[in-house]
Amino acid sequence: MAEPPVIVRIQAEDFNGEAEIAALTDGRTDIGAVVSFTGLCRADGDSLAALELEHYPGMAEAQIRRIAQEACRRWPLYGVLAIHRFGKIAPGEQIVLVAATSAHRQAAFDGANFMMDFLKTEAPFWKKEHWVDGSAGEWVSAKDADDEAKKRWAER
Amino acid sequence: MVKLVYFAWVRERLNKSSEEIELPETVETVGDLLDHLAERGDAYADLMSHRNTIRVAIDQEHADRSERIGNASEIALFPPMTGG
Repeated sequence: MAEPPVIVRIQAEDFNGEAEIAALTDGRTDIGAVVSFTGLCRADGDSLAALELEHYPGMAEAQIRRIAQEACRRWPLYGVLAIHRFGKIAPGEQIVLVAATSAHRQAAFDGANFMMDFLKTEAPFWKKEHWVDGSAGEWVSAKDADDEAKKRWAER
Repeated sequence: MVKLVYFAWVRERLNKSSEEIELPETVETVGDLLDHLAERGDAYADLMSHRNTIRVAIDQEHADRSERIGNASEIALFPPMTGG
């Protein structure tokens, strides 16, 4: 079987999740399941003006591609998509979209879940807080819970 | 010469996003590189007080401390990642 298509885009501009997912299944009759995840900029309270997403150009795309290809190796996926934005993103705006297609739901769920867990901990992106009063806040700290989430996928 | 690139608070603490340096022959691994950088002045020494937190990539692939630098052209130092 041919390698499933892997689409990875790193971009400043927003994306249209509905159109992206429609393109994944366009003209296909063998796909029975599409699972997608959209990550948004979340504000706890009303003092956050934006999260600034810094990335390592080149490696960010290469690393997400490696993660997507690993997902295709582990599950019978028909295609995967990952779009990650960089730059300043306001609360409520979209940051990331991950989608996986398959014949059946379980592979699509697992593939999308796996890609997000690895993307959080291995794709070179960093978030910095900017406050509504114009001051720059802290770099967001990595969470132990994200490392734990990744360990669930260790191959035995 | 090897190009070093820095991201997020590593970049801010060093006040530069990249630099080219000549590595002595004694610098063979990622761990050796961090030891060497710690000797380059106060900002580097301060940064290396967080050395267990800092991640390293060689030619855009994650590398652990024992990995050999070899003929790498670009080595990146950055904090744990927080994308998604």
